[in-house]
Order: sequence, then structure tokens, then C-alpha cells
Amino acid sequence: MNVLIMGCGRLGARIAGLLDQAGHAVTVLDVNASSFRRLPESFQGARAVGNGMDGPVLERAGVAQAEAFMAVTQGDNRNYFASMMAKEVYGVPRVLCRIYDPVREQIFRDLGLETFSPTSLGAQIMVEMLVKSGERGR
Amino acid sequence: MYVLIAGGGKVGFYLAQELLNSNHEVLVIERDSARAAAVVEELGDNVLTGDGCEATTLDAAGVARADLVAAVTGDDEDNLVVCEIARRRGVPRTIARINNPKNELLFKKRGIETTISATQAILAQIEQELPTHEMIPLLQLHSGLELVEMKLPDTAPVAGRAVRDVLLPPESLISLVVDPGGVPRIPSGDTRLNAGDALVVVTRKESLNLLREALIGSTHGLDT
Repeated sequence: MNVLIMGCGRLGARIAGLLDQAGHAVTVLDVNASSFRRLPESFQGARAVGNGMDGPVLERAGVAQAEAFMAVTQGDNRNYFASMMAKEVYGVPRVLCRIYDPVREQIFRDLGLETFSPTSLGAQIMVEMLVKSGERGR
Repeated sequence: MYVLIAGGGKVGFYLAQELLNSNHEVLVIERDSARAAAVVEELGDNVLTGDGCEATTLDAAGVARADLVAAVTGDDEDNLVVCEIARRRGVPRTIARINNPKNELLFKKRGIETTISATQAILAQIEQELPTHEMIPLLQLHSGLELVEMKLPDTAPVAGRAVRDVLLPPESLISLVVDPGGVPRIPSGDTRLNAGDALVVVTRKESLNLLREALIGSTHGLDT
């Protein structure tokens, strides 16, 4: 699969490494070239520098050929904006988007995006961890 | 009318001031508390400190009963999100400020019809002045007629032809020809048009594009 990832932070770099290892064609886009240091040494994919909210930048990064787009920058609104560009303007078939704010995540999901909130999931898991270990301790 | 304004920068501030002067109910939502305090000082208690992109802030601002939400921050992505949430909350009208004119397409696709772009507005003004644009609107006349000036480029399809051989859109008339030396002439059918001539033409508003194509050619100038 041809995947374009916006944001080469910890999550973006990790996703890029995993997909690359699994044999997918990966392009990572970040405003800052120094972010690519997070990519694993073995990374075979492409790196593109630029702001993913700008149409021409997305085009340069190959959005037209992408079969999937993942928005994993630090900004919820940036991720939403770029995801909608990929989906509505460039017609990318699969668009996944990280949203920290659980309330916004729900809204964006209702608006038709595939969203993922590390806050809701993380909270849920940590509460489960605590409660389970508490039970064990009793 | 109850108007919510997301963004207490210069645009948001003056917008709020004007609306308050017209006796509308206004609430400005501003993320930066120092900026919010400055707006309170000028406008009174019409400011909510918070992030307008968060549904909880918009709910606290009473978004559900707002007649209009104007998203006027300096960030297009924030403005899009404010408008999206407001529409989900049933606000009948949303207006978005756009900074990058290219983003207009996405706002339209998302159903946010009213977008204002200062960049686009200034660009349009500059394009009117640019020599490459080659068609300058001079005056709007009665009954849909317009007076425009155009300069013929080297590649103009009419360069070297006589006025009578030029096919113009209906109700269009070349009224004045000014040669590159600045000498004006009222053209007759025999007058030959040359590259570098400036023409003053009367035409109908709806024929402007046809006129441009006939005199300058379709590949010239920026499409507007």
C-alpha cells in the first residue's frame, strides 16, 4: 500500500517504520527536516519537508498516488484540516487521523473521518490497569 | 442577533466593536488571556477566555442559540474547526476568515460557503493593476454596459488587423485607440490595430471574457 504520513513525531516515525518494514511504500512529511532523525535507520521510504495543510506540498509528497493518509502531528485542528484535504480535495481512499481532544474526536468522527484519540484510549487502559491490579492486590 | 466571534485579534476586535455599535449581542472567544483582557478593557464584558475550537468552550458561550458564528483567527485550520463544530451545534450561519486563498476550496467542500480572504482581495486588486492582466475596468455605465481598457500584447490575435475585421462580442465597441506613443485616435473601420496599442472598449459586463479572448487571446492574463 502507498501511504503518506503527515508528522514525523514519535507516533509518525514509529508508524512509518512499521509500515516500511511490512513492505509498504511510505512517504513521511514533516515541517522540520530534523524530525526525520526519529525514523529507524533501516527506513527505506521517502521523506518530504513541508506543511501538510498546503495543497502543493501534499501534491509534492505524492498525495495523488496515496492509497492511505495518516495525520499524526501535534495539532488536532491541523490533523483534521489536512485529513479533510486528503479526503475531500484529493480523494485519498483511507484517511486516518489522530485527535488528542476526545470531544473533538467524536465530532470529527461524526463528520466522516476515521479518528483515533490516544487520550480516550490511554485513559481507559490506565484505569483498567489500576482497577485490575487493585483487585489483584486485595 | 447573537454573534459569536472566534478570535480576538484585530479582525475579531473591530468586528465585535462594529456589531456592538449596531446593538447586536456579541461574544468574542479568545484563547490568549492577556489579549482577552485587552479586549475586555475596550469592549466591556463581551469576552470569553478559552479555545473556540473546543466544543466545551463553544457550548459555554451558548453556541446553540447563536445566529451567526464568525471564525476570524489567523489560522485556517482553527477557523475550519470552529465552523464545523458550530454547524454541528445547529448554528444557521458561519463565516470563516481564510488566510491561504488555496484553502477556499476545502471550506466550500465542507459546506462553509461564506469565506473572506484578505489575501485574495488584495491579490484581486493587484491583478487589476498588473500589466499582464491587460484588461482594466474603467467605469460601469448604465444598463450593464462597461468601459474597459486593454493593452494589446505582441501575441494579440488582432494585432495587424483592421478594426472592421475584428469580431467582437455583441454590443461591444472599440471607442478609442491610444498608440504606444500616447497619441489617441477615434478608430474607423480602416484603423489598423497594433501590438502595444491601448484600447478603450465599451462592452456588456457578461461579455468581458469573450472580449478578452477576442482581443488579447485566451492564453493571456490571469483567470479571475
